[in-house]
Amino acid sequence: MNVLLTLRHVGVVRQQRAILAAVDLEFMAGTVTALVGPNGAGKSTLLGVACGDLQADTGEVLLHGKPLQAMQAGALARERAVMPQEHAVRFAFGVEEVVAMGRLPHPPEPAHDARQIEAALDAAELQPLRQREVQQLSGGESARTTFARVLAQATPVLFLDEPTAALDLRHQERTLRTVRGLADAGACVIVVLHDLNLAAGYADRIVLLEQGRVAADGPPADVLTESTLRRVYQQDVLVLQHPRRPVPLVVVV
Amino acid sequence: MTVMSFQLPPDRRRRRGQLMLLVVFIALLAAVLASFAVGPLRLPPMEVLQALGVKLGLVDAAQVSARDVAVVWQLRIPRVLLGAIVGASLAMAGASLQGLFGNPLADPGIVGVSQGAALGAVAAIVLGAATVGGWVIPLAAFTGGAVAISITYLLARPGRGDGNATLLLVGIAMAAFCSALIGFFTYIASEAQLQSLVFWQLGSLASADWADVAAVVPLFAIGMVCLLRLATPLDMLALGERQAQHLGLDVARTRRRLVAFSALLVGAAVAFAGSVGFVGLIVPHVARLLVGPGHRWMLPLSGVLGALLIVVADTIARTLDPPSEIPLGLFSAALGAPFFLWLVMQRRSKGGV
Repeated sequence: MNVLLTLRHVGVVRQQRAILAAVDLEFMAGTVTALVGPNGAGKSTLLGVACGDLQADTGEVLLHGKPLQAMQAGALARERAVMPQEHAVRFAFGVEEVVAMGRLPHPPEPAHDARQIEAALDAAELQPLRQREVQQLSGGESARTTFARVLAQATPVLFLDEPTAALDLRHQERTLRTVRGLADAGACVIVVLHDLNLAAGYADRIVLLEQGRVAADGPPADVLTESTLRRVYQQDVLVLQHPRRPVPLVVVV
Repeated sequence: MTVMSFQLPPDRRRRRGQLMLLVVFIALLAAVLASFAVGPLRLPPMEVLQALGVKLGLVDAAQVSARDVAVVWQLRIPRVLLGAIVGASLAMAGASLQGLFGNPLADPGIVGVSQGAALGAVAAIVLGAATVGGWVIPLAAFTGGAVAISITYLLARPGRGDGNATLLLVGIAMAAFCSALIGFFTYIASEAQLQSLVFWQLGSLASADWADVAAVVPLFAIGMVCLLRLATPLDMLALGERQAQHLGLDVARTRRRLVAFSALLVGAAVAFAGSVGFVGLIVPHVARLLVGPGHRWMLPLSGVLGALLIVVADTIARTLDPPSEIPLGLFSAALGAPFFLWLVMQRRSKGGV
C-alpha cells in the first residue's frame, strides 16, 4: 500500500496537559479515514498537526517520507488542501472568486483551472449561488463554498475538519459521496466527523480518539462496537446492522 | 512565486476594473488641470496651458506674463503633484492595512501608523537630526510608522479577540502614546523647531516645492509597485491567515512586506504633508463599492481615487477663503469622521466582523 502521510510518535502539550500523546498513524492513498471521538479528544489538534498548521512538541509528521515542517508553504499547498471549521471571508468576494482561489497554489493554466473550478462548483451544488457574495450566504452555504475551494485545489491529500457540521441531510450525504469519489480516484482523505453513521457509511477506516490517544483504529465494523463506544463516549448506545447497506448503524438508547 | 502572476479565471470584474480606472484617471487629470488654474490668483485655462507651454518650450515666453509662469510652475504644480502622491499613498496604504487586518475600519490614522510616523518626524526635528539632510525626516517617519503598525498588529491581529473592538482600542492606545511623546517633544522644542512642528499637527500642502516632490517620488514609486505586487496575497488573506497559508501563501513574509510598504507610503505622506486623516479609510471603501473587493483592481483604483480626493480637497481648501487657506487635515477629518461613524454603525447592525 502506498503510504502518503505518516505521524510518528506525535505528542502535543498545552499548559502542561497532553492534548495528544504518542500518536502513531499511517494514511494510505485511496482511503478515507474518519477521525472520531468525544469533545476534547484531540481530533482537531491531530488534524492541525497532520496538515502542518501546528508544530508537534514531540515526534514528527512525514509527507511522502519527508518532514512536513521542512516544506515551503507553496509546495505544501500543491500536496494537501485543508477545510477548516471556520468559513468567514472578510470583504465581499463572490462565491466563484473564493472557489477560484483554490487554484492559486498551481501554476496558471486557464482552461484547466476553469474546468476544475466548474467541477468544484458542481460538486458543492453552488452553480445557482456562484455570483453571490460569500458574506451573504447561510452557514451551510459558506461551508459548501469552502468545500468547493478545497476541491478546486485538487491535491492528493485532503484534511477536512467537520465538513458536514452546518449542512442539511442532502448536502451531508453529497459531500461525503464526493469525498468517497476522490478517495476512489486515489486521494488520501482524513476527515473529522461527529456523526458516527456518516463515518461508518463512507470511511474505510475509523480512528477513535480518547483523551489524546488512539482508542481504536480499524474498519468501521471493528471500531464501532457497543462496548468501545459506551466506554469512550460514556453514553449508552446500540449498534445495529444498517437495513440497506453493509455498515454498522449507531443508535443512541 | 507563481502566485504573483496568477489571475483568477472568471475575472468578470476585469472590464469594470479597467473602465473605472480609466474614468477616475481622466477625472484626476481634469482636477489637476483645474487646480492649476484656481487659487488666490485665478488664471484662465488658456493662460495655464500657455504657462505650461513656456516651460516645455512650446510657447514663446514673451507672450505670457512671467508672474503667471512662476505661480503655475513654482507654486501650483509641485503642490498638486505632492497632493496627488500623498492622497494615493494614504489610500493605498489604507487599502493594504485593511487587507492585513481583515478589517475595513483599519486606516493609517486609526491603527496608529500616522501618529507613529508623525512621532518619528517630530523626534527627528526636535533632536536635531533633520539638519543632517532632507532624507532624515521621511526615514524617521517611515521607522516610526513601521514600529507603530508592528505593535498594533501584534496586539490586534485577525482572529485575536473581537476584531473591531480590539483593533480600535489598540489603535486608540497607540495613537495616545504617540501623541504623548509628540507632546513631550513639543515641550522641549525650541522656538524655531516649534514653528515646523505646528505643520504636522494640521496637515498641509502649503509648503510644497519641487524638492519635496523629488524626494517623495522614489518612496512613493517603490511603495506603490511593491504593494500592487501583493494584490493576490491580499485577496488570499481575506480568507484568514490560516487559510491563506493552506493555499500556499507565506503569511509571515507577506505580513512583513505589507507592514514595510504601508509604512513607507504613510511615512512619505506624513513627512511631507503632515497628518491627513481618513483618506485611507474612505477611499478603499469607495473603491470596493466600485470594482469589488479583489485587490487587483481595488488597490490601483484606491490610489487614483485617493489622489483625486486630495487634489480636489486641497483646491477647495485654498479657494474657499482666499488669500488664507483652510488646513487640509481639518478638511479631511471633517469629511472622514462622520463617514467613519457611519461605517461603524453600519457594521454593528450587521453583527460586526
